[in-house]
Amino acid sequence: MPKLTINGIEVLVEKGVTVLEAARFLGIPIPTLCHDDGLAPASACRLCVVEVRRGLEGRSKLLAACSLPAEDEMVVHTNSARVQRARQLLIELYVATCPSSKRIQDLASAYGVHECRYEAEHEDCIQCGLCVRMCEQQMMAGAIGFAGRGANRRVSRPFDMTDKRCRQCGACLYICPVCELRCAGPAAEATLCNGCLNFAPVCFQSYDDAMCFLDPCHACELAGPLRPDVKIKTRARATVLSGEKQ
Amino acid sequence: MPRLKSVEELESLRAELRAARDPKRPCLTVCAGSGCTAAGAHDVLAGLRRALAKHGLQDAIDVKSTGCHGFCERGPLMIVWPEGTFYNQVTANDAAAIVASVSNGHVPVEKLLYRDPVSGKRVIREEEVPFYARQQRVLFGNNGRIDPKDIKDYLHVGGYAALARVLSTMSPEQIVDAVTRSGLRGRGGAGFPTGLKWKLCRENPAPRYLICNGDEGDPGAFMDRSLLEGNPHSVAEGMIIGAFALGVQEAYVYVRAEYPLACEHLRAAIDQAEEYGLLGDDILGTGMKLRIHLVKGAGAFVCGEETALIASLEGRVGEPHPRPPYPAQKGLWGRPTVINNVKTWASVPVIINWGPDWYAGIGTEKSKGTMVFSLVGKINNTGLVEVPMGITLREMIYDIGGGIPGGKALKAIQIGGPSGGCIPADLIDLPIDYERLTEAGSMMGSGGMVVMDETTCMVDIARYFMEFLEDESCGQCFPCRKGTQRMRQILTRICAGNGTEDDLLLLEDLGWLMKQASLCALGQTAANPVLTTLRYFRDEYLAHIRERRCPAKVCRELIFYEIEPTLCDGCHACVRVCAGDAILGEKEAIHTIDRAKCTRCGACLEVCQPRAVRAGTGELVCRN
Ligand SMILES: Cc1cc2nc3c(=O)[nH]c(=O)nc-3n(C[C@H](O)[C@H](O)[C@H](O)COP(=O)(O)O)c2cc1C
Ligand code: SF4
Ligand code: FES
Repeated sequence: MPKLTINGIEVLVEKGVTVLEAARFLGIPIPTLCHDDGLAPASACRLCVVEVRRGLEGRSKLLAACSLPAEDEMVVHTNSARVQRARQLLIELYVATCPSSKRIQDLASAYGVHECRYEAEHEDCIQCGLCVRMCEQQMMAGAIGFAGRGANRRVSRPFDMTDKRCRQCGACLYICPVCELRCAGPAAEATLCNGCLNFAPVCFQSYDDAMCFLDPCHACELAGPLRPDVKIKTRARATVLSGEKQ
Repeated sequence: MPRLKSVEELESLRAELRAARDPKRPCLTVCAGSGCTAAGAHDVLAGLRRALAKHGLQDAIDVKSTGCHGFCERGPLMIVWPEGTFYNQVTANDAAAIVASVSNGHVPVEKLLYRDPVSGKRVIREEEVPFYARQQRVLFGNNGRIDPKDIKDYLHVGGYAALARVLSTMSPEQIVDAVTRSGLRGRGGAGFPTGLKWKLCRENPAPRYLICNGDEGDPGAFMDRSLLEGNPHSVAEGMIIGAFALGVQEAYVYVRAEYPLACEHLRAAIDQAEEYGLLGDDILGTGMKLRIHLVKGAGAFVCGEETALIASLEGRVGEPHPRPPYPAQKGLWGRPTVINNVKTWASVPVIINWGPDWYAGIGTEKSKGTMVFSLVGKINNTGLVEVPMGITLREMIYDIGGGIPGGKALKAIQIGGPSGGCIPADLIDLPIDYERLTEAGSMMGSGGMVVMDETTCMVDIARYFMEFLEDESCGQCFPCRKGTQRMRQILTRICAGNGTEDDLLLLEDLGWLMKQASLCALGQTAANPVLTTLRYFRDEYLAHIRERRCPAKVCRELIFYEIEPTLCDGCHACVRVCAGDAILGEKEAIHTIDRAKCTRCGACLEVCQPRAVRAGTGELVCRN
């Protein structure tokens, strides 16, 4: 049984367990976008990167926790400065790619991404591949898959026709992390919302159509109904509201 | 040919072959590598055969086609043996003169000898050509001597002696130990110590597999192709030795399908080795079994990455997979697999023949042996060069490469393929080894070396490589797919004069992210050209951004063309080539360029005899 250290805590796990599973067992959160417990890891979104060193010496590397088998003497940090920076830069890139997604906007708020320096692209898909794996590994259909390479890579059907293996079960829709639209909060048009962080008092008391499913809600958690840091945040809010490029 | 049943039979066959060949017998070897073939090597061969037949000499003088000599710039190349007279830029019309000279006491044909551009003197032998003088051709040395399709030639120069030695006197552990002691590191890119890789693989249970990586997707690189075309048996021999060391019975060579000649020669080599009992069941009567399968890749750069290559070999989509598990633990069909580059495999027989200590004596402390580079770009002698590790860039460029054409100044050298870094001219005394290149922000990579002179715009170059990598990224992981796209967008913006200084920070952040978080080495290294040009040529980026000026006068949006009235002789040549009808002026009168219509294609610049057309950049663009 491999024994590893995660954020200073020693943990003994079964062989074959991933670092993500081990961390979750300890209650340490690691954000993911392309992972689902019932599916083989794809390591595509890279959001779950953690800093890993083997033994006490040697250089550390960022590796995707979701596919990294736990090994003896591994020393893992899930929230080092390096991990945080990578995560924030990644989320910034995600926001620019798919600003309409609630899950991505929530991640930006949760992980302190307060600016997006890119022009928005408004893509529908981040190619996490969850739908493809769901269809193949859980629904046993394999009716969709990836086509193309690089910028042309996309989820597709054989010859772009609905395959007869597709039973229209909708599992692909169910598992998609980004097709839930972001809430119509205070900055519905801005690339980066961060809206929930600016609410004072909390969202549902100020906006009829705000949809807060954050669990826990980062705004509430951070501030409660009356935010002590409201001054700083109003500045951020002001820029968001005026739609300026940040 | 009956299969050889023992090491002794192999050695006696070799002795027979050597005895049967008269060392004094003249032989004309013509390079038939892809470069020389394109330059007409086959016409030369036919011409020589005709000339020999005409003089009735076909039985007295041999003609042979060999593999690439590396100096493709001057092809077709040929050598007259046994003197070793080296001819370059031979044509079929020269055949008669060559045959006449051979039959009349070997007076070299003066005009086909290589002329040293510095001293102006003609040199006779290959070694005297400056291009070759500083090289150490351990892997490529035999390319110009042997017919790659004839195993007898390979045996004649001592081929399969390393295999014989290994099978008769060494244990697998001793081989791994010898490779480890030689200090050999992978020649495919990352430079992982080969001995250690083999040792790690051997720790895992059989069945194990072995793969030779001949995908070679770097644009402009052709060393693996040349080796497979010119000396395929050396690669096969290395693989057989490796298979013995690793207890492997099935091996694969993955070659890109764009290399038909390499596939053909390798196929022939494998078939002949089987026929001679050097492959197949019961190799040289020792009971060792090995089959080598040739698999053709379908041409994606990323399929050179080891895990993607394995996926492709298994018939899955050629996309990389997370490591660990490494191929040495879990590779082809989920079994422990050693995957090495073509040159790595070909180095193995050399190490066995000459001894690991001899090999470790070449090079620097941590980089041993020789490295093959394809030297291209703004350099006089382009071609393949094999040099000892630790040689400086200065020696590469000025001694071997013959300097920069047209008396221009060297600006940068891009090493390591499309995701290598650009090393500035001030670092010209940098010795070439794995660590020093990495410190400078570049990498050894597979050995691409592109020389750039003052007419190269470093921002444009960074954009060019980023475009390539954006295209070749498999697209599976987000930082690489989006990172390459965004970087290309930003660089395009800067090249068009629309960048901001914040863009430079963004490029650095993106580069850092890609390096840290991408799944495979393509994404992890893709930012190198951008990061190194930002590090060494930041002023050039700033000129594009602050002054809307392209110092090298390359970026179309930032330059203009004008005609110097005092030099224009009104010849009208520019008017004829200008596709946009942007040049005004009657014949015999001074011409002017209408900037509004000019597309900055530069066609006029090239045809202007009196050099009246000039490119400019800077303020005037703004005035436009
Ligand atoms: C994008 C990419 C392309 C690669 N292409 C090649 C290649 O064409 N040939 C090669 O030998 N190695 C290539 N490699 C390196 C291989 O992954 C692997 O490291 C190498 O084959 C191992 O052999 P070596 O130890 O002999 O270098 C590539 C790596 C990457 C990331
Ligand atoms: S780094 Fe690029 S090439 Fe490598 S797996 Fe990710 S997307 Fe594919
Ligand atoms: S969850 Fe690990 S890479 Fe996406």
